[in-house]
Amino acid sequence: MTAVIYVVGGILSVAAVLAVYRAVRGPSILDRVLALDVIVAIIGAALVLNMVVNQHLDNLVLLVAVSLIGFIGSVTVARFVTDRK
Amino acid sequence: MVDVVVSVLLIGGALMSLAAGIGLVRFPDLLSRMHAATKPQVLGLLLFLLALAVDSRSWALVPLLVLCWVFQLLTSPVSAHMVGRAGYRTRHLRRDLLTLDELDDVVAHAAGDPAHPGSRRSPDAPVERDDDAS
Repeated sequence: MTAVIYVVGGILSVAAVLAVYRAVRGPSILDRVLALDVIVAIIGAALVLNMVVNQHLDNLVLLVAVSLIGFIGSVTVARFVTDRK
Repeated sequence: MVDVVVSVLLIGGALMSLAAGIGLVRFPDLLSRMHAATKPQVLGLLLFLLALAVDSRSWALVPLLVLCWVFQLLTSPVSAHMVGRAGYRTRHLRRDLLTLDELDDVVAHAAGDPAHPGSRRSPDAPVERDDDAS
């Protein structure tokens, strides 16, 4: 089980690094919003992993809050994208 | 036995995140990146929450996890729709990669005869490019 947890943590870290690369490089702001959405999903996955490892349920509220923040953030940014390049 | 199921679910969910990361880096334009980016938001979260439910070994947690997942299921299509529409309006897509653009006909129809009052105009059609994207 311990090895599985390290493998899952490693995979999540690699995915987060790739998403950060796209957030830095992204040609438009919408690409950056998309990459940050993926980072928010990875953070939620890491919260669940933390709950599984330490056998507690404290992070469930944080999980809902994180997905709410991701939703509000991406909708707000998409609302204010203009045509200027 | 439970540990094996939990391990498979956790690794599956993590691979969804990895697929999203690779897709974000490798895919050529906004719309195909959106296709990759929605995997960890719905399926990855489902796998992780299933792992948590199996690991807790009780049914008491399940309604809370279902609520969490349904909330994500309701909000992620809305944000994806907003991002996709903003990308279409501001032309952040590569037209040579599209096989079919159904909205193009509506836009051309609405722009073609603006004087015709009875012309069908989709409320989604981006007629004026510099409006406030409401």
